[in-house]
Amino acid sequence: MTLKLALPKGWLQSNTAAFLEKAGFGYADYHEKSRSYRPKSDRFKDLFTKVFHEKDLAIQVAIGNYDLAICGFDWIQELLVKYHGDAIVRVRDLGYGRRNLYVGTSRFSDLRSVEDVKSHTGTIRIVSEYPNLAEAFALKLRLRRFKVLPVWGATDAYPPEHADLAVVSASSPDDLIEKNLIPIAKLLAGNAWLIANRASLEQKDLSSMLELFYKTDPGRGSEAELSISEIEPEEEFESSVFEDGVVTLALADGHQQSHTSKFMKTAGLRIKGYRQPPPTRRPRLLFDGAQVKVIRPQDMPLQVANGNFDLAITGRDWLSDQMYQFPSSPVEELIDLGFGRVRIVAVVHNDLPVENTNDLRHLLISGQIPVLRIATEYTNIADKYARDNHLSPYKVIPSWGATEAFLPEDADVLIENTETGATLAKNKLKIIETIMESTGCLIGNSNSLADPDKKERIDTLVGTFKKGLTSD
Amino acid sequence: MNIARCKGARDMFPQDMRGFRKVEAAFRSSCYLWGYEEIRTPTLEYLHLFTSAGTLSPEMLSRVYSFLDWDGWSGERVVLRPDGTIPSARLYVESLSDMPVARLCYVENVFSFEGTGQESREQWQCGAELIGGSDPGGDAELIMLALEILQNMGIKSIDVKISHVGLFKTLLQELGLDEEEQSKRLKEILTGDVNLLGKIKGESQEVKRFLKLLLEVQGKSLGYLENLKSVLPQGLSKIRSSIDDMAQIAHLLDGIGQEYRVDFASGEGFEYYTGMVFQFYYSGQLMGKGGRYDELIPLVGGGNIPASGFALLMDNVQSVIDTDEPYDPETILLTCKTGKIEELKGSFAVASMLREKGHIVTLDCGCSSEVGGRWMVTLEEVRKEIIVSLRDNRNGKEESGLSPSKLLQEIEDSK
Repeated sequence: MTLKLALPKGWLQSNTAAFLEKAGFGYADYHEKSRSYRPKSDRFKDLFTKVFHEKDLAIQVAIGNYDLAICGFDWIQELLVKYHGDAIVRVRDLGYGRRNLYVGTSRFSDLRSVEDVKSHTGTIRIVSEYPNLAEAFALKLRLRRFKVLPVWGATDAYPPEHADLAVVSASSPDDLIEKNLIPIAKLLAGNAWLIANRASLEQKDLSSMLELFYKTDPGRGSEAELSISEIEPEEEFESSVFEDGVVTLALADGHQQSHTSKFMKTAGLRIKGYRQPPPTRRPRLLFDGAQVKVIRPQDMPLQVANGNFDLAITGRDWLSDQMYQFPSSPVEELIDLGFGRVRIVAVVHNDLPVENTNDLRHLLISGQIPVLRIATEYTNIADKYARDNHLSPYKVIPSWGATEAFLPEDADVLIENTETGATLAKNKLKIIETIMESTGCLIGNSNSLADPDKKERIDTLVGTFKKGLTSD
Repeated sequence: MNIARCKGARDMFPQDMRGFRKVEAAFRSSCYLWGYEEIRTPTLEYLHLFTSAGTLSPEMLSRVYSFLDWDGWSGERVVLRPDGTIPSARLYVESLSDMPVARLCYVENVFSFEGTGQESREQWQCGAELIGGSDPGGDAELIMLALEILQNMGIKSIDVKISHVGLFKTLLQELGLDEEEQSKRLKEILTGDVNLLGKIKGESQEVKRFLKLLLEVQGKSLGYLENLKSVLPQGLSKIRSSIDDMAQIAHLLDGIGQEYRVDFASGEGFEYYTGMVFQFYYSGQLMGKGGRYDELIPLVGGGNIPASGFALLMDNVQSVIDTDEPYDPETILLTCKTGKIEELKGSFAVASMLREKGHIVTLDCGCSSEVGGRWMVTLEEVRKEIIVSLRDNRNGKEESGLSPSKLLQEIEDSK
């Protein structure tokens, strides 16, 4: 019987590799810099191991794709706080990878304590990569009105203008202070854990592996429930905040940063402190009446729609994903900036006997695939693709990255972006349909564009961006 | 491919719907006669309607179906209505607050997640809300109305339990517990765990004796409440008015010969209850519950208006009323002998005439296997004339060449 183990990619990877090495699993191709998605254990020949983005691990165990996984405590709780099912069993605190979840506020905010938050009469906006825990926090405090802004990252960029509170993970309160946030409460603290699928634990013999896990020291324990412990504020900060009535522009971090930076230079827009990794979330734009924040491009369409930003440079892929979910969003594409061209494609494993979407539909009709599993970061594009092509029945499995690892075991199709197709080919995947092409684009909030106070400055900025196009 | 229904969802079959309509009809007819007007609130409401303290408990909130609407880019979440009372309060505050007293009733479904998928996640309830009715007269009206409805459905031996959330709130304050402790203890009491109240430390023997009497004895008469008052410790005098409220209800129930139990451990319910709460049981099964919620209307933005209400749990009520009675209405099947268009035209005309007189008529739509009910009427076009014949399936008697009025007469005579 093949047993299945899921391991984390990213920041837990090197500690997990060291732990597994010490425990004697004998993985040659799972270490700090390894890129293999399917490392092999010398000790357990029948063990199938796969590497996932850390946010995807708990879900993979909950749905029964994997018997065991090593996962950060924060992401386990993010899943369990919303979905109370008993599919996941926390087996062992592994004693490393400790992370805390804090609630932070801005130094410019009037909310300086949990008590202030509770007694606030208006709407409290909470930004977080952990939307379920953020909501649980709000419900636990019995906040009368609140909104949770789920984001892909750059959480610290939002307060105070665009969120009142940020729920962020950090190793200590000092990390928040470095990011200009005042920690007001700690919600969770926990290490990496070994988790198991309940049915696997009840029905399969996992003992030889569990024994190895139990040989290690457990380290400091985790706080099992969401509990709000308040933190007294003491530090003062230096930072700047957006002025009233300023035109707000969001720029991307990550791999889009270099494209954006180059384009702005060509357009003649000067900006200080906009680099990768971002030295600050608030670089200085040398343009009167406009200010900049650096956030994740995935989050921009929503943040422009809700009026947090007037303008943003993102990709058309993320704009489309937003518009498919919320067709009435007041956000529009203003300029196609032409850089960062990628295709959004439907992808299957080479072994699947299909050449196009039509073939895929026939596999479903004939029952060779009972339910089509579509893994993607673009959940709404994937949903539309499946609906438009009558790929029934289907499920969309949201992923946070490393999506190509899902095929063929944990998904049948990916909706993925690709520049050249080389990475896909390397992973033995083939493209069966190009859904759309995407390039970087300037997007704007429709209401801001009509705002007489901002219109002139926005027009000038848009005009300047257009210059970048012509001089390219 | 087998397309199954959603996990935790339920189909209601014709027999279920007959029971459902029976409960609904009994509920509506009594409510109308008592001056209650029917409302229906939307299935979708904003989540924040239910998040304030004093509305739904966090435990209930953790099971609501919430999601972002199509225009949810602003982050505003909506829910499938998890409760009937809070939306009614919202409706009242939004549109009916100029009514000094609003008597509202509704038949609505509420949604709540249930982990196993074995139970239905959608429950129907018949609710009545008396907004503006003061304490305890309003409570009395609601209890009497609920009893009448249940009795009209043939549910006779109803066990009424009464308790008082307000009494516990006052009691916890009077015991000098800090706010956090008070809310913790109240939660335990509201989930039925009243015994913990008896373990509160540092109280005098007198108070302990009183708590013992309160929690361990189930009163069955006005006398019990009078007993409580007579042993009320000095420091707890503020709960006297709560006991008086209950005594008035007890007096009323005594007057109509309705048995009841004063059961302080039956306070389980929603967080919005502030005063008297009541439950109706039949053979140990909960038929409905209700109570006073004086703080809810202000909480959803209205004035300082007292209110109380109850809801009957339709599933539970349906399960005990007699819906197994044979359902065999005397139906008439109309068929066209040759299927010519003139026969079809004639069949619609004849069916319409019979239906006007209250008969259930089905048309044979080419389903040759349909055998019909009590009577079978056949239309045949012969030389541009429609010949109507009748067969009584019960005795095999057949007649032909009937005019429409003769047909009707034959059917009515043979009933």
